[in-house]
Amino acid sequence: MTINSIYILNKAGTLIYQNDFGNTEKLSHNSYIRLGSTFHSLHAIASNLSPVSGSSSGIEVIETEAFKLQCFQTHTGIKFYVIADPNHQQLEELLHGVYELYTDYVLKNPFYEIEMQIRCDLFDYKLLRLLGVRE
Amino acid sequence: MSKAPANIVDRPLSKGKNEINISSFAFLFSEMIQYCQDRIKAGHELEKKLSDMGYSIGPRLLELLCVREKNSKRETKLLGILSFIHTTVWKSLFGKPADSLEKSTEADDEYMISDNNMVVNKFISLPKHLSSLNCAAFVAGIIEGILCSAEFPARVTAHNVAVEGKRFPKTVILIKFNPEVIERNA
Repeated sequence: MTINSIYILNKAGTLIYQNDFGNTEKLSHNSYIRLGSTFHSLHAIASNLSPVSGSSSGIEVIETEAFKLQCFQTHTGIKFYVIADPNHQQLEELLHGVYELYTDYVLKNPFYEIEMQIRCDLFDYKLLRLLGVRE
Repeated sequence: MSKAPANIVDRPLSKGKNEINISSFAFLFSEMIQYCQDRIKAGHELEKKLSDMGYSIGPRLLELLCVREKNSKRETKLLGILSFIHTTVWKSLFGKPADSLEKSTEADDEYMISDNNMVVNKFISLPKHLSSLNCAAFVAGIIEGILCSAEFPARVTAHNVAVEGKRFPKTVILIKFNPEVIERNA
């Protein structure tokens, strides 16, 4: 059950964290930013597509033959999404775990500027541990 | 069943609830650091600023712990005050004694208290340009305040020391006593 990548977008749709795991092919830095903002736009469109206004919360899961994408949006508009093996069952729990780590090791870090790129050693370390335990 | 004394001064000194929520503390401490950062010109001043904030806590903590734990007696011996800090002070601040108390092998007037998981640094990741900073400078300030008001004037600083096999460094609080303290103790 591999996890390929984890993305975090801030409320404006800017990529603030991205990391690949396992043998996922690396892309250029700009491609990650483009993927992030594309997903943000699709999510925004999806939340307006519902025939009943205000009832859709956007994209939660995208399932394909090759991968599964699960997204979790917080009340403050931050989006966490993970790309993983299509058979992975516990992606929602995983995203909640990542959110918890974010609130602890990013938001409580005095050297982190809100809405900016996440560069926190402790967050990286705990994230790897979280994924390690689950796999 | 006896009725509780009505007057607050007649009641026994309560020990108080001595645990607080780590998140509340982390946010407060984080704000303190950001407050200090806004008021300094160069990076190294941050430690000084944090240490000054801690310094004012020291004398109060000393009084409080002497009354509560030491039957109103204050330590007068060098080793006495050091182990008082290592155990009593650490326990009241962090709920456990410090990991070790050592005498420096290089200098006679230096002692080190180390802690592998400093509570104040639990959520802090240092940016690259400040990698030598240790936010436990605040704790070092508290210790300095205690020592100075207990008549053991000293300089206390906090350092990061890499530990073999561990990814994150431990915190070492370095205590350097003034010469008169060492002379008096000799």
